[in-house]
Formats: sequence, structure tokens, C-alpha cells
Amino acid sequence: MSQAFTGTLALTWVAISRDRIQLPVWILAVAAFMVAVVSIWNGDLSQEELVSVAQFYGVQPAVRMFGLASGATLGAYIMSRGFVVFAVLVAVMSILFVVRHTRQDEDTGRAELIGSASVGRHANLASAFIVVVGANVLLAVLIGLILTFKGLPVASSFAAGAAFAGIGIFFAGLAGLAAQLAGTSRGATGLALAGLGLAFVVAGIGNILGRVDEAGVRVVSAWPAWLSPVGWGQQMRAFEEDHWSLLGLFAFSFLVLAAGAVFLETRRDTGKGLLPERRGPSAASPGLLSPVGLVWRLQRGVFLSWAVGVGLFGIVVGAVSADLEAMLDELEGFDEIFERIGGTDVIVDAAFVTFMGILALVITIYAVQGLLRMRAEESDGPAESVMATAVSRRQWVTSYILNIALGTAALFLIVGLTVGVTAGIVMGDVAAWAADLVVAGLVHIPAAWVVAGAVVLAFGLFPRRTALLAWMVFVIAAVTGPFIGAMLDLPEWIQNISPFIHVPAVPGESVTAAPIVGLLGMAVLLTGAGLLAFRRRDIDVTSV
Amino acid sequence: MTNAVSISGLVKNFGSVRALDGFDMTVLAGEVHGFLGPNGAGKSTTIRVLLGLLRRDAGEIDLLGGDPWRDAVALHRRLAYVPDEVKLWPTLTGGEVIDLMGKLRGGLDPARRAEMLDRFKLDPTKKCGTYSKGNRQKVAIVAAFSSDVELFLLDEPTSGLDPLMVMAFRETVTEARREGRTVVLSSHIFADVEALCDRITIIRQGKTVQAGTLDELRHLTRTLIEVETEKAVEDLDKLPGVHAIQIEGLQASFQVDSDEIDRVLRHLVQFGVKSLHSAPPSLEELFMRHYGDDVSRQEAAEKRGTL
Repeated sequence: MSQAFTGTLALTWVAISRDRIQLPVWILAVAAFMVAVVSIWNGDLSQEELVSVAQFYGVQPAVRMFGLASGATLGAYIMSRGFVVFAVLVAVMSILFVVRHTRQDEDTGRAELIGSASVGRHANLASAFIVVVGANVLLAVLIGLILTFKGLPVASSFAAGAAFAGIGIFFAGLAGLAAQLAGTSRGATGLALAGLGLAFVVAGIGNILGRVDEAGVRVVSAWPAWLSPVGWGQQMRAFEEDHWSLLGLFAFSFLVLAAGAVFLETRRDTGKGLLPERRGPSAASPGLLSPVGLVWRLQRGVFLSWAVGVGLFGIVVGAVSADLEAMLDELEGFDEIFERIGGTDVIVDAAFVTFMGILALVITIYAVQGLLRMRAEESDGPAESVMATAVSRRQWVTSYILNIALGTAALFLIVGLTVGVTAGIVMGDVAAWAADLVVAGLVHIPAAWVVAGAVVLAFGLFPRRTALLAWMVFVIAAVTGPFIGAMLDLPEWIQNISPFIHVPAVPGESVTAAPIVGLLGMAVLLTGAGLLAFRRRDIDVTSV
Repeated sequence: MTNAVSISGLVKNFGSVRALDGFDMTVLAGEVHGFLGPNGAGKSTTIRVLLGLLRRDAGEIDLLGGDPWRDAVALHRRLAYVPDEVKLWPTLTGGEVIDLMGKLRGGLDPARRAEMLDRFKLDPTKKCGTYSKGNRQKVAIVAAFSSDVELFLLDEPTSGLDPLMVMAFRETVTEARREGRTVVLSSHIFADVEALCDRITIIRQGKTVQAGTLDELRHLTRTLIEVETEKAVEDLDKLPGVHAIQIEGLQASFQVDSDEIDRVLRHLVQFGVKSLHSAPPSLEELFMRHYGDDVSRQEAAEKRGTL
């Protein structure tokens, strides 16, 4: 048995030095995010305000999905508001690390090289666990220090850090197990992330089904919360009761998962998973058999995850709108910022314009990424085989443009609908809010399409620089655009470079045809020029 | 017989590197044409020009009566291509890719598809991401030969196949030839070409160096012979077509032009042959011998240019 772990220590050092950039960046980024979050939220909230924010998480069952109310203190407020986000970050960090150092090594063949040296069968897995546990402990200490320096109670601050570390360590164990089950590193990551998603939902359901106390500031969760490691972290109730004993639950479950991973590792071959390889159909369905059908099939998974992501974000934005209205009334200065960005003095409208503008930039990332797939298929994919069939170059590019343009438009529709409907539910008058915000979403489509058109042009003219140019265009459009440009007080002519600046500020402003038509014309022009350039150039395959 | 492909004076530059430098090739309709040359000589570039994937800088090309750049889509309905490195979509199954490529080419024969899957022992339900190089190559071969086309452009199609599958591939090409289809087979493996091709074109540094039937080119090939005899071998150097003679006691090794083998063997018999080993020449040796010793250096330079 002990022989199976021979070389663990040496491999631990290898793992640390291989990950000397990535892991520290993760840890520092999470810590920096915590610093940012506490400095925004520490404000001089009065006791009444603390009660009202605690009630926000306590009284509305739907909001409990995202946080557990544990009393009217600043620490408890930070925990209810930020817990899920940090838990997810720490868990993702741990999952990616473990998969990177176990399953991915097998996919690349590195594990075979190491395995042929005098190291035990479980040495690699054990070393990954050692490093990831260490990283989580370090992160716990950092978070504890950050919260302490913000003037919060010392013991509770470290209890909060420990809760996050517990969740990170749990998911490290789960990822170790998934790495034995799945056939590839992508499969292992997916399996572990699915576990994280499930844990989040189960904890949320437990909180939603729970009961709130009379003051409306503390929720006692129902039993499902205890089935989820995210739930355990919340039940530690840092800054209220500091249930340190729950760390035992994390430690025990990690040991069970790790033992399971070790057990499974003795029963499988390197490079193969225990779950059978997923098979697929032996013949293509009719929907696949066209260039457009092919691109949709390739893009479908990405699109659906984006749709769910922006939809969830839209629901959150819509749900906090009423709360936002109340909060913004109290906070001096913020209304001025929103007004300057949003171009309207109706504060909620201005806030929505801001949200929509940010979401528009995020959705444009989908368009840029989707179109960059063309280049990947060309340089290192089957594109040349497709263009060696009776598919013309125009057809091939158009199939991508159609998919991405429509997908982008659909994402804007989804955002408009989810924000509008949830805002309508919270503030009353669903139909009016939905209609307003759908329009507020859709007006951004032409601006996103302009950026997309520039990507097509870059692809047509400079195939080897497509990705670089595409992201440069995006960054310029974002930086000169309505938020950063306005914040930096850039000269108007520079701000006018960004297509997003020309989008009507809906709701608040009325929609005018001129900018929309202008942007659409620009998008068509860029796309058409890119298409022409692509039809005239060589297909550029990087690896021969 | 008409020409399926005729190329004359083809030039293709990549930046400052001239990949094709006045290349000529003629492929007769209905023949299997071997396209030989060391790696980086310009084989893949030529095939990509024929497919309209690359635009030529100069030269005349007639492909099935059309222009490969201008008439690409119409021509692509009548031909099938197997690339040298087959890249597929990892999330699609082999069966899906075969159907897709067939459909995009203009349709495929289901019975033929089933027969080819069986012949190449390919499991069409596996995701392409899990296929080995050889299996990806099989997907492309099955997709190509399930289509009813006039011309097959095959770029190093056997480089990842095991010997059994190479035999299946040869059978498939022979069938296609019997049905009157034209095959252009690029390779640097002499055995493939020898087994299948009616005529061959040899390319080096972007130029045609030899073209003709195998018999016409037979003089290019030399066989390496190592022999152990009872008496020391004498007078080898007086025979025509014998080169690089090395004799150490009762062991002799030398190269002999392929059309002189018979005469040399008769000569050897009088010394009492105890063991004899002969090896056909590799293409690399052939090039080294006939075209100087700078092939590998040239190869490296050209490869850099196309990367």
C-alpha cells in the first residue's frame, strides 16, 4: 500500500513548480476580489439599514437562493451577499487544479512518462490533493486576515475563510473522483462542475424552503441545505454562531471522496475512465447535413450555456431592481454616476440602461468568440475538408455569420425578457416592464453586430492575426464606450468610435431609427468586405 | 484517353518562399496516378491548388475540364479529397461525419457506405475525439469512397494505417480504377505507389523531376543486395548497373539497377550463394542518389516556408 504512494513528495514539488503562476494568480485574484467586495460593502450602514438588507435576504424566498440571512450585522451581510460567489470561485479553482494535475496529465501522456519512473500508482493523485488542500488553507488564512483588517471580529473572520476552504477541499475530492470516472479531462471537469451546480441548487432549495424569524433577518434552512457542501458552508454561519464543528463534516467527506478516488484508481487503466465512452449515433440526423446545421451543432452547447448564464443574470438584475431603487435613493453621488452614464434622471431607468450596456458588452464576447471559431476550424480543423466539398466559401462563412448573428440577437432577447419579467414581478406591471426592457435589450443588437462585422473583416484580411485583432476591436469598443469612456471623461470624438455609444438609451430615451440604421449599415459593410476578402485569399492551414 | 488533370508551369509562392516552381503534371482519365516526392516537396500544395483552397500565382490548370479556382463548387461535386492529416470535429461521431461529408459533396451511396465501414473495421458510433490518427484517416477514406465521384485526390492516405488496412485501402483503389474512376495518390512510400499506380510524377523542390509509367522509371530504382558466398565474389565491377560495391572476405554488398538484377544473380551463383538479402530502395535513397544530397536541407527550408 505504502509503495503505491512512493514519490508523492517529489511530485508535490513538481506540481507546485508547474503551477507556480496559475495557482497563485487564482489565490490572489480571489483575495483581491474579497478586498474589493468588503471595501464596497463596508459603508457606514446604520443598524436600520443592516436590518433592511438582512430582511432582503430573509423575507423574499427567491432571493434566498443566493444567500442565507444570518442576522443584522455587517459580517453576516457580507456572508449572505457574497458567500455563493466566493464558494463557487474557490470550488472552481480546486476542481480545475485537481483535473489539471491528474486526468489532464493522462490525456497529454505526461502521466505515462512519470508513471514509468519509480513513483507509486497513487503518487500523482496524492500530490495533487496535498497541493490543493494547502492552497485552500492559504486562501482561508488570507480571507480571514482581509476580513479582520476590515475591523470584523477575528474568530468569525477566520471561520468565514475556513468555510470557503472547506468547500474548496470538498470539490477537490470530488474532482479527484471524477477524474477516475470520466474518459477525458474535459469530461472530468464537466462532471465535477455539474456536482458544484447541483450543490448550489440543493443548498438554495433548502434555504428557500426554510423559515424566517419574526424580525425577518435570520433564516433557518430546511433539511435539503444539509445535503450540500455549499449548504454546510452557509450553516457555519460565520459572524453569527461560528459553527467550527462543521469543518469536521468537510474533512470527513473529503477523506471519503479521496479514498474513493484512490480505490477507483487501482481498478482502472491509465488514460481510460471507468464510465464507458459515450457513444453517439452511427448516422447523421437530417438537421446536421448542411453547413448551417453543422455550425449550429458545433455551437449549440456554447449557445445554450450562454443562454442559461445571461438568463440567470437577467433574473438577478430584475429581482434586485426594487431594492436598487430604494438603495439608490439613499446613496448620495450614485445617482449622478448613473445619470451621466444612463443619460436619464429617472434613476431606475438609468440603472437599467447601465445594466443593459454592461450585458451588451458581455454578449458581444459571445459573438467574437463564436466567429473566432472560423479561424480555429481553418487553421487547425476540418474547414479545408468542408471547402473541398461542394460548399462555397461564401456559404461556409455565411453559415457562421448566420448562427452567431442570430444567437447574439437571441441572447439580447433573453436578457431583455428575464430582466423585464422579474422586474415586473417585483415592482408590478409585468407587461410594461417586459416590453420596455425587451426593447432595451434589442437596441444593442446592431452595435454587437458591428463588432462581429469587424471580426469577419479581420478574418478575411489577416487570417493569422484574427484573434488578436478581434479582441483589440472589442476592447476599443468597450473602453471608448458608454461606461469607461464616460467615466474617464474621454473626448467626445474618441467616445464616438465605439458602436455602443450610438445605441439609444432605452428605457428613458425613445428609440430613433437613424443610429440603428447607421449601425446596421456599418455591420453589413464590414461583414461584406470580410467575405469578399476571404473569397480571394488562400486557405491558411498552420500545421502541415 | 482524355486528361483528368493537366498542369503546366504551376507557380505558388508563400511570401518569399517558392513552394511550386513551374510544376507540370498530367493525369489521364481512368488511371491511378502516383504523386511522389519527399516531405515538403510541394505535394500537398499542389493538391490544395487543385482544390481551389490555394490560389496559383502562375500556370495553367485544367481539372475535369474546369478551372479549380473559378469553378470550385461545380468541380467539387465530381471529386473527393482525403487530406494528409485528417482533422475532425471531436463531438461528432465518425458516422455523422461520413454522412455530412457525403451530403455536402452531393450525396453518398448507403450500401457502399456500409460495405466500406465493414471493410475498414470502423466503428461509426464513436466520437471523433476518441479516434486515433489511423481511425480519423479511415473516416475520411470511407467518406470519400462512399461517394460517386470521377476523381479522388488522396494526400498520403495510408500514413496512419496498419498493414491490414493498407491492404483494404489498395483493394478499394483497385476497385475504383476498375469502375473507370481516376485516382491521384500522393505518397512518399514507394511500395504503395508501386502496388497501385499506372503512371507516376515525381516532384522535388516544387518542380517535376520525372514523369512516366513505372516501367519507364524502373531505371531509377536500385536494389540493395547483401550476399554471403562460399568463394569470394569477383568481377562484380565488370557487370553493368552495379554500384557501391563493398567486399569483405566472403561477404559482399552492392546496389544494382533494377533492370540488371537477373544478370547479376546469374553471376553470383558461380560463387556458391549461402545467404542472400535484398532490399528495395527507399524513395529517400533514390532522391539522394539522383538529385544530390541536399534533399533534407532543402526539405527543411521548404517546410519552414509553408508553416
